[in-house]
Amino acid sequence: MTGIVAFGGYIPRLRLQRKSIAEANSWFNPGLKGQAKGEKAICNWDEDAITMAVEAARDALAGLDRTKVAQLVLASTTLPFVDRNCATVIAQALSLRHDIQTIDITTSQRAATTGLIQALRGLRPGEYALVVASEKRRTKAASPQEMAYGDGAAALVLGSEGVIAEFLGSESESVDFVDHFRGQNRDYDYSWEERWIRDEGYNKILPPVLARLMAKTKIAGDGVAAFVMPCTLSRVAQGLAKRAGIAEDRVRDPLAAQCGDTGVAHPFVMLAHTLEGAKAGERILLAAFGQGCDALMFETKAALAALPKRRGIGGSLARKKAEANYSRFLAFNDNVAIERGMRSEVDKQTALSTLYRKRDMITSLMGGKCRKCGTVQWPKSNVCVNPNCNEFKSQDDHPFAEQVGKIMSFTADQLTYSPDPPACSGMIQFDEGGRFMADFTDVEAPSLKVGQPMQMMFRIKDQDSMRGFVRYFWKAAPAA
Amino acid sequence: MASGIKDKVAILGMGCSKFGERWDAEADDLIVEAFLEGIKDAGIEKNQIQAAWFSTAIEEQHVGKSGTPLAVALRLPYIPVTRVENFCASGSEAFRGAVYAVASGAVDIALALGVEKLKDTGYGGLPQRGRGPLNNLFTPNLSAPGSFAQLAEAYRAKHGVSAEDLKRAMAHISVKSHDNGSRNPKAHLTNKVTEETVLNAPIVAQPLGLYDCCGVSDGAACAIVTTPEIARSLGKKDLITVKALQLAVSNGVESSHNSWDGSYFATARIASKRAYNEAGIKNPRQEVSLMEVHDCFSVTELVTMEDLHISAEGGAIKDVLDGFYDHDGKVPCQIDGGLKCFGHPIGASGLRMLYEMYLQLQGRAGARQRKDTPRFGLTHNLGGAPAQNVCSVSIVGRYDG
Repeated sequence: MTGIVAFGGYIPRLRLQRKSIAEANSWFNPGLKGQAKGEKAICNWDEDAITMAVEAARDALAGLDRTKVAQLVLASTTLPFVDRNCATVIAQALSLRHDIQTIDITTSQRAATTGLIQALRGLRPGEYALVVASEKRRTKAASPQEMAYGDGAAALVLGSEGVIAEFLGSESESVDFVDHFRGQNRDYDYSWEERWIRDEGYNKILPPVLARLMAKTKIAGDGVAAFVMPCTLSRVAQGLAKRAGIAEDRVRDPLAAQCGDTGVAHPFVMLAHTLEGAKAGERILLAAFGQGCDALMFETKAALAALPKRRGIGGSLARKKAEANYSRFLAFNDNVAIERGMRSEVDKQTALSTLYRKRDMITSLMGGKCRKCGTVQWPKSNVCVNPNCNEFKSQDDHPFAEQVGKIMSFTADQLTYSPDPPACSGMIQFDEGGRFMADFTDVEAPSLKVGQPMQMMFRIKDQDSMRGFVRYFWKAAPAA
Repeated sequence: MASGIKDKVAILGMGCSKFGERWDAEADDLIVEAFLEGIKDAGIEKNQIQAAWFSTAIEEQHVGKSGTPLAVALRLPYIPVTRVENFCASGSEAFRGAVYAVASGAVDIALALGVEKLKDTGYGGLPQRGRGPLNNLFTPNLSAPGSFAQLAEAYRAKHGVSAEDLKRAMAHISVKSHDNGSRNPKAHLTNKVTEETVLNAPIVAQPLGLYDCCGVSDGAACAIVTTPEIARSLGKKDLITVKALQLAVSNGVESSHNSWDGSYFATARIASKRAYNEAGIKNPRQEVSLMEVHDCFSVTELVTMEDLHISAEGGAIKDVLDGFYDHDGKVPCQIDGGLKCFGHPIGASGLRMLYEMYLQLQGRAGARQRKDTPRFGLTHNLGGAPAQNVCSVSIVGRYDG
């Protein structure tokens, strides 16, 4: 039996109130008022498809042996690099083995399900495949997409032992049906008329594929407990369900009101959300649309109940801060020319040779533990920092990324340039040893306290806008 | 066994430029301004100087690297000129170089000169710069006030102090320094401020407000040093000699080992003890007459009172509010106005502090002069951040030999 062994989710904490989009833009497009319901998840200024993928993957891998991961597939149409393998960045951040396959799959809204099918086919006994989908799409102001899209990520661990949802089969169809596209070097999607997409796209391309899969797996519509069908168009998923004989109440909530359509990530976001509430023996039909479609059938197993509690999508949706400031959303997404001041002009060039040499320290947050005195420290250094030891060349790797530390000192800095002032930072101290001065993220300055528990999160450290490079590092955020 | 620096070197002359936003001056103008006062005070010819130490910190913002900016500015006669940089202790490091050169017997007369021309960045505050290829990858995004502000919460947590009490003591420090600066024509800021103004100022880095931060200024200061014997042979009386020069440099314990609590400067505690020992001071609270400390931020000055072993641990707030460090208190601190009113042209600051001690010890400080002529003057510089820094403590005093 092969299938899903674990799942994880990450929805960024900020939720832009759709009302604020409508209030700012209805002078131009009064029609936006009709969409001004609920909220959508938006990245903090220091998040992108890579950082969200790392968080979703960490959530999925909780309690699992990471050395068993032999393949990492990253699906997204919004990768921060066109030529730098982003899955490899994530593998390094997760401290995965080096002799693994790392694959980016992109250019389609079904990149995640295609990657999932490929990974399931390539699974070898005793190994895991990690498939992560993550998306952060930029949208034009006052566009329907700005209302509909949200940011998010979800991850699946695949394997043949400890399966929580068995893979029963899949069907695919490739059709060059261009409902929307994003050309090379273009920032935004260009979309065709919704009625055509619904009638000629979803309603004609999906039904035969769903029928083939149900015939192949010998599961009738009334045998499907959950129909996971990401689609922002009204009533389309319900219509597809009806044609497949699936009752309307089995159609999963697309989470439009809570987080919006997270693009490539959305099939996994909705699947993870479904698994969080599922019981053993339920059949889940997962579909995704984009230049054709993919459809996959799973059946949950008894092991699902034994899966350790995780943040998942439910936990991510609960970890939220309502954002009513549309202007901040525009600035975070570089959609407005905000005066950043001369302090922002400091060159952010990254010495690639330094980053490579120190990739364990920086990207993996790997520290050291002294073999002589046992002192745990970050960074790992040539000489033990314990003043009563100071042994040379005595440290073994010691990971810090999954540890929770406490604030020892902090400030909220209004002077230094930050895309979201004040810049909060402070000394984070770990109970078992080790400390460092860290940037804080996802915090409100007035709530900070000495002694407050903080978790480490993988975030953008700096954007090198002159060269298009992004550097990543770990920041401290309030522990869940 | 080393005998220390005490009384081996005398100050022959000192000079200090007007500090401030010197839109009129290049760095070489400031150098000349300080030097002309210093050489006149020393009563020697330029060509009698045999070696020089030159301090600048953010040299890429004005003069560039090496000793040549000083040599060229003064047309020094091809003597050795060494540029030094050690964060905010750079000026004290130039002084240490010159003093050690004289003490070693290698030269008879040496010059220490520091300058910093910061006001060509186009914005207020210190220049925001990179920190090196590796540091850029992980050091947090924080300004100088942001990094020193970290002391406040750690100090409060350790001593159970309310935010209000800490803020009030910090405000007293700034009010006191502005009061002192109002009597100093060379200071950048010569206005008095009220506690209310300080407390209501906009926040720069929590909990530091605008008046908790020192200014950013241009300036230069210098010292010409020689042996007490040569000073006397040149006709000098009432000599001021160097009693102690100490420097302690963090080795990463504070930033990476959990033995430090974030509320004090480990370096300052070590350097000051060594300095008192070198100077023969047994009870600093009783014996130190005056102090010029590194009040880059009010909270820095507050904790420094304890780090220098003048206030008891946890006792600085009470001493500050009691006026112990006011100009008419037991141990005046920043009697010239401090960094608060002079600003902090980094390469010059340590020498500017020594300049005030030199004047006070000689009874030449004008409207600021302490009535009972001081015996020991202490200067203190901190550079870097609380978690990793350099700290210099220097003591000068009247020569009894």
